[in-house]
Amino acid sequence: MADNQNNSAALNIKNLSVFFGKNHAVKNVSLDIAARAVTAIIGPSGCGKSTFLRAINRMHELNPDVRMEGEIKLFGDDIYSKGVEAVVVRRRVGMVFQKSNPFPTMSINENVTVGLRLNGIRDKKILSERTEQSLRMAALWDEVKDRLHAPAISLSGGQQQRLCIARALAVQPEVLLMDEPASALDPLATSKIEGLILQLKKDFTIVIVTHNMQQAARVSDFTAFFYIGELVEFDATTKIFTSPSKKQTEDYVTGRFG
Amino acid sequence: MTAPNHKWRQCKDVLMQIITLACAILVITPLILVFYHLITQGFSSLNLNFFTHLPKALGEKGGGMANAIVGTFVLICEAAVVGVPIGVLGGVYLSEYGGTKFNWWIRFAADILNGVPSITWGVVVYGLMVVPMHGGSALSGGVVLGMMMIPLVMRTTEEVLQLVPGGYREAALALGISQWKTIVQIVIRTALKGIVTGVLLALARIAGETAPLLFTAFGNLGWAHSLKEPIAAMPLQIYLYATGPYEDWHRQAWAGALVLLLLVLVINIGVRFLTRDRFQQKI
Repeated sequence: MADNQNNSAALNIKNLSVFFGKNHAVKNVSLDIAARAVTAIIGPSGCGKSTFLRAINRMHELNPDVRMEGEIKLFGDDIYSKGVEAVVVRRRVGMVFQKSNPFPTMSINENVTVGLRLNGIRDKKILSERTEQSLRMAALWDEVKDRLHAPAISLSGGQQQRLCIARALAVQPEVLLMDEPASALDPLATSKIEGLILQLKKDFTIVIVTHNMQQAARVSDFTAFFYIGELVEFDATTKIFTSPSKKQTEDYVTGRFG
Repeated sequence: MTAPNHKWRQCKDVLMQIITLACAILVITPLILVFYHLITQGFSSLNLNFFTHLPKALGEKGGGMANAIVGTFVLICEAAVVGVPIGVLGGVYLSEYGGTKFNWWIRFAADILNGVPSITWGVVVYGLMVVPMHGGSALSGGVVLGMMMIPLVMRTTEEVLQLVPGGYREAALALGISQWKTIVQIVIRTALKGIVTGVLLALARIAGETAPLLFTAFGNLGWAHSLKEPIAAMPLQIYLYATGPYEDWHRQAWAGALVLLLLVLVINIGVRFLTRDRFQQKI
């Protein structure tokens, strides 16, 4: 995959700004996201976390009022350069959403393979291999292997979210973006997802937006603190949570505001 | 512990309930009357001949509406060929693409078209097709019904597509699935039942249209041998027979109305069966 400018960086983000109409939602953010590690994005609501995340796989382009400036390189490839299609970027950068959203017309099995099938892969053997592999990676295989043809919406909330993770993994992305993936789940399902994230970082680069500071502390290697569109501080998670260099960060992680 | 005016408030409550119930009964009374009349008057005139024979010559007893039954099917099929693809794809555009302003105008135009009296459609197609073709035809009859379907199907399609949560679109696009495949395989598939229902309602509405056919299909007491010939249709035949002077004609008109109603019913039930949720029983 192209030349790696920075050995350990999956994403090099330089001077990224995102505007919603006149609202400057992400302000001149630069950071490098380490490969095969978990980077958490924390900050109060409306600080631009989700917008920042959606810039990484060009999801914000669905909104015609959005404009962006700056540069994002994915393993050295500029994902915003002319001639690069959003569809191709999104195959390399997968996404899991806050609300689990398995396709209701499809079975468990069909949900996992949909990204492959709709991109032209019809080989049954590849599809069934990839189904098992993805479901195993999402720690769901043992629970669903006997009912792969059951409707996806018959699963519990936590299982549905892991199915969505399996679905994202099946297209073999390099980076996985997670937008508050556990905020709608109970503590047990949440801890399963967190355990899963720690497993997945062996193979994938993960960027997770979370409102839950303990979660960020538990699962991430690096943490970025955003406030009103600006990147206040970015460092190793232990540093951010024990001895942050900015007062604002300290106030936030200790619960003094936010 | 009784509040003041407790009795009077209870009284008002009951009164309100009675008034609304009376109105609800008033609403369904005509429906029941129509059903009752159609079944008592029409059923006795229904026999095999009705479905297999052509109308008899003036004044002769017996005969049937075979040509009109087939004619109505032909016209409905033609209308579906014209109306369903344009209506559904137009609805997809309104829901999934397009700018706010442009879509507002299209929606506005569709709503106006939905309110255009059916006879106006007949006159328009009369001018567009019947006059240039020197006569009425099955083709112009199908086209006029199809044109009437377009705005109906377009609006219902748009509405049911809008009910599909945006999260499904995002999830599909985030998998690197292109927009048109997302629309066809995820959005339309999720809303398919609603789209089919909208198409059915439109078909049921045009199946009974009479006025536009008077200007286009013209009616035919025998078989139409090509789409360029005038064709019989049940509403036209019912209109002819019901307004005619013969007792036998009246009986056939009742039978025709009953069959037309049953036809609409059968289409509804049939397609509902075909599009039933494949997971419904399993959950």
